[in-house]
Amino acid sequence: MPRLSVYFVRASLIYLLIGFTLGGLLLANKGIMVSRVIWALLPIHIELAFVGWMIQLAMGIAFWILPRFSRGLARGDERLSWLAFVFVNTGILFVALQISEIAGLAFAGRILETVGLIAFAIGNWKRIKPLDLHH
Amino acid sequence: MPPLTRWFLKAALVYLILALFTGIFLALPETIPIPGLFPVYFHMLTFGWLTQLIFGIALWMFPKYSIAKPRGHEWLGWATFILLNGGLILRIIFEPLHSSTPSPLSSWMLVIAALLQWMAGLAFVANTWPRIRVK
Repeated sequence: MPRLSVYFVRASLIYLLIGFTLGGLLLANKGIMVSRVIWALLPIHIELAFVGWMIQLAMGIAFWILPRFSRGLARGDERLSWLAFVFVNTGILFVALQISEIAGLAFAGRILETVGLIAFAIGNWKRIKPLDLHH
Repeated sequence: MPPLTRWFLKAALVYLILALFTGIFLALPETIPIPGLFPVYFHMLTFGWLTQLIFGIALWMFPKYSIAKPRGHEWLGWATFILLNGGLILRIIFEPLHSSTPSPLSSWMLVIAALLQWMAGLAFVANTWPRIRVK
């Protein structure tokens, strides 16, 4: 597994743990109400579970298993995918920090995530191709 | 495909079908609303189907832990399966029940469901983390 995929997948596992912890708190609080404030964690739970865990895992696995090039760099120019890793993770943190009620954080986070995903798509676009069997 | 992966995948497919039927029920033009059913529907899709599918495929396809233990600690894998499904089944039964007629039993069952699902995540990460490495 390439280094960048290791980073993507490990980051996704960390978000899985945090996302599951928040989800557990939300469900337990539904059973036995400890505090209404816990409900404020719902958007963060959704963000970490979807973008942090599932989307980021898919990115890491895609970077690992998409067909490679037989000539030149095996995975093409990796810089865009590295940029995607940084942007998506910064974006997730910004969206999660919306709980602090600082205006514009969630908006900025969503923009970072979107730019990151676009960078990833461009960086790996040409790898979506038939397997190169003649090398 | 290892036996545990087959269990994960078949269970995931069962939740997908259950979720789709629940979705049909929720979309019926004239139906008696069941409180707590929407989050159950949502988690059957995201947790019972998607997450469980990922867990099963990851167990099968991720880099091997070692020659002797290619898929890490078997017991942790089975624990993940049992905890995930035990927790989700409790949730499916007791979340709608608790939302309509709360009782001490339904309260505690939701807390236990939360705990089991959280522990499933913990067990998966513990077993998977050492397999995510640069090769």
